[in-house]
Amino acid sequence: MDIANYIYLSVLLFTIGAIGVVIRRNAIVVFMCIELMLNAANLAFVTFSRIHGNLSGQVASFFTMVVAACEVVVGLAIIVTIYRSRRSASVDDASLLKR
Amino acid sequence: MTTSTNLVYLIALPLFSAALLLLLGRIADKWGHIFATLISGSVFVIGVAEFFAMQGRDGEARAATQKVFEWISVGTFQVDASLLLDQLSICFVLLISGVGTLIHIYSIAYMSHDHDRRRFFAYLNLFIAAMLLLVLGDSYLNLYVGWEGVGLASYLLIGFWNQKPAYATAAKKAFVANRVGDLGLSLAIMIAFTQFGTVTFAGVKEGASGASAGALTAIGAMLLLAAAGKSAQFPLQSWLGDAMAGPTPVSALIHAATMVTAGVYLITRSNFIFDASPTAQLMVVIVGAITLLFGALIGTAKDDIKKALAASTMSQIGYMILATGLGPVGYAFAIMHLLTHGFFKAGMFLGAGSVMHGMNDEVNMRRYGAIRKVMPITAATFGLGYLAILGVPPFAGFYSKDKIIETAFNAGGIEGILLGGATLLGAAITAFYMTRVMVLTFAGTKRWDENAHPHESPILMWAPMAILAIGSVTSGFLLNSGSALVNWLQPVVNEHHEHHSEEFLPPLVVSTMALVFVAIGVAFAVLKYRTVPLIAPLDVSIFTKAARKDLYQDSFNEAVLMRPGQKLTAGLVITDYKVIDGLVRSVGWVIQTISSALRSIQNGYVRSYALIMVLGVLALVTAIWMVTL
Repeated sequence: MDIANYIYLSVLLFTIGAIGVVIRRNAIVVFMCIELMLNAANLAFVTFSRIHGNLSGQVASFFTMVVAACEVVVGLAIIVTIYRSRRSASVDDASLLKR
Repeated sequence: MTTSTNLVYLIALPLFSAALLLLLGRIADKWGHIFATLISGSVFVIGVAEFFAMQGRDGEARAATQKVFEWISVGTFQVDASLLLDQLSICFVLLISGVGTLIHIYSIAYMSHDHDRRRFFAYLNLFIAAMLLLVLGDSYLNLYVGWEGVGLASYLLIGFWNQKPAYATAAKKAFVANRVGDLGLSLAIMIAFTQFGTVTFAGVKEGASGASAGALTAIGAMLLLAAAGKSAQFPLQSWLGDAMAGPTPVSALIHAATMVTAGVYLITRSNFIFDASPTAQLMVVIVGAITLLFGALIGTAKDDIKKALAASTMSQIGYMILATGLGPVGYAFAIMHLLTHGFFKAGMFLGAGSVMHGMNDEVNMRRYGAIRKVMPITAATFGLGYLAILGVPPFAGFYSKDKIIETAFNAGGIEGILLGGATLLGAAITAFYMTRVMVLTFAGTKRWDENAHPHESPILMWAPMAILAIGSVTSGFLLNSGSALVNWLQPVVNEHHEHHSEEFLPPLVVSTMALVFVAIGVAFAVLKYRTVPLIAPLDVSIFTKAARKDLYQDSFNEAVLMRPGQKLTAGLVITDYKVIDGLVRSVGWVIQTISSALRSIQNGYVRSYALIMVLGVLALVTAIWMVTL
């Protein structure tokens, strides 16, 4: 199997994630789409690591996972707090910065 | 030149006293007037001591200087706060502090019912300090400080009763008219600096000998403008009549004896400039001649005793200015008339104040009459001043005014005849209006109200009047005996001895003519005012109407200067609003419009920010890809 297919898959996943972030309103779904983009990036890292035959990409993917884990903690905490105060997880309702 | 260390006290003492009385406020109410009078008296004592010290020195060493501190030092421009006491300054120092002290004493009684008496005395001391700085400064810049200082003091004192809007307006009018003159002085200083690189009297005198005629004439004209503003000369004379709004001692000190004569001092002090510029001298003479007739004519129609005296002051200063324009021979006579005038006019003003004091502040002479019976001392002192201003021998005015008339005739040619004629005519009109004042106030039958109870003033008031009256009798003779004042002032004003021009008329003829003219004026007034209607008659000649309205000077100023000025201001306000503010506002409007267009991007939705970010990243990647390709 051609190794380039992994890259195509990664691009596809990333695109789905990006579109999801842009068009979905539910904060949880947006959050999942962000995770999808991170994982697409991880897949690309690992694939390139394979193509180039060194481990730098693998290392980078570990870092991404660590960062993603932290981000989940912070992000979910924010979402839960917003939900508690507004009874809604819609990102469009959280537009207070406009004012 | 001698160096002295005492001169600074002449200014510092009254200045300190003024500051003290103003800063202490009501605490000093009890003793403020006495303190101020003592300070003024001690200044007079220092002045007398300096005068005798000067007598003890000879020739060159007579003048004394004192450098107080280095004031301005910028490159080649050096101005020290230095004082110069020479033969000319000492005359003024003695006049200012002497008459000033008498008027301080007088004011203790005159202002005793005023709850702001302390403030009044603080201002009087401020005036003394400023006026002494004016005459003691050794450069035009130092003089300028004093010049502005007396303007301020004059403003504060004219508007002393500023709770009356008319008085506050009079103070403002005096201040504004003076500012026009001050502009002349500052321009003269600037021209002098560009021409000579210095503004000290000595430096300018040195430079004046080699300067171009145009520059000297320009400086002279500007100095004349300054003198006209301060000394109420044509065309800036309109403020003096209104300045009578101030308390009467102020009118006597500032608007008769001292401040208004500052213009005469300025021209005499700048004699080196005027002597070198015949054009400037001619202007001085013309201004003096016009004003002496102008003031005299106004004086004939005023029913307000103080305004009549103010018009007379204007006219008498016209004599002095005219004399200063006659070249080296005239200066000493101008100063002599200034000193004698200081005595008799201050005395008469104090007399007028005394009458007002006894008459519930009534100033309309038509409501006086027969006051000699109730105020014999006031009538006597006023009468002596009256004889002095008329120029009856041997009173003071005879010596000083006849000398000016004589010098005017001796100016030679058609100019001499015109000037001499003007001074003679002025003398006749002076005799007329002063007799009118005398007759209306002291002679005739009583015309005052039932509720006025005129009474003689207390000794604190009549003693200064008596001293000034003695001065009005003797000062002319003393100053003239053996040409004392002329010889005394000779080093300051008359360095290059002029060969004596042929006398147009011998002194005896001039005196006789003057006396005949005066007699005609007196006779006219006595005949005309045998009966005095209580209300000024309305069916009078056009000249009387004009004189009552100050010869339309105010109307002229209003029509030619004030109204166009207001129009100009209104136009400028509109221009400012429409053009300047319009420009600023349109800049704001453009930015606001652009901002509100840009603001719609910030819609607050996270999704659209994310989209913009994605698009941005895409654009960036595309750009990098394009470049590397």
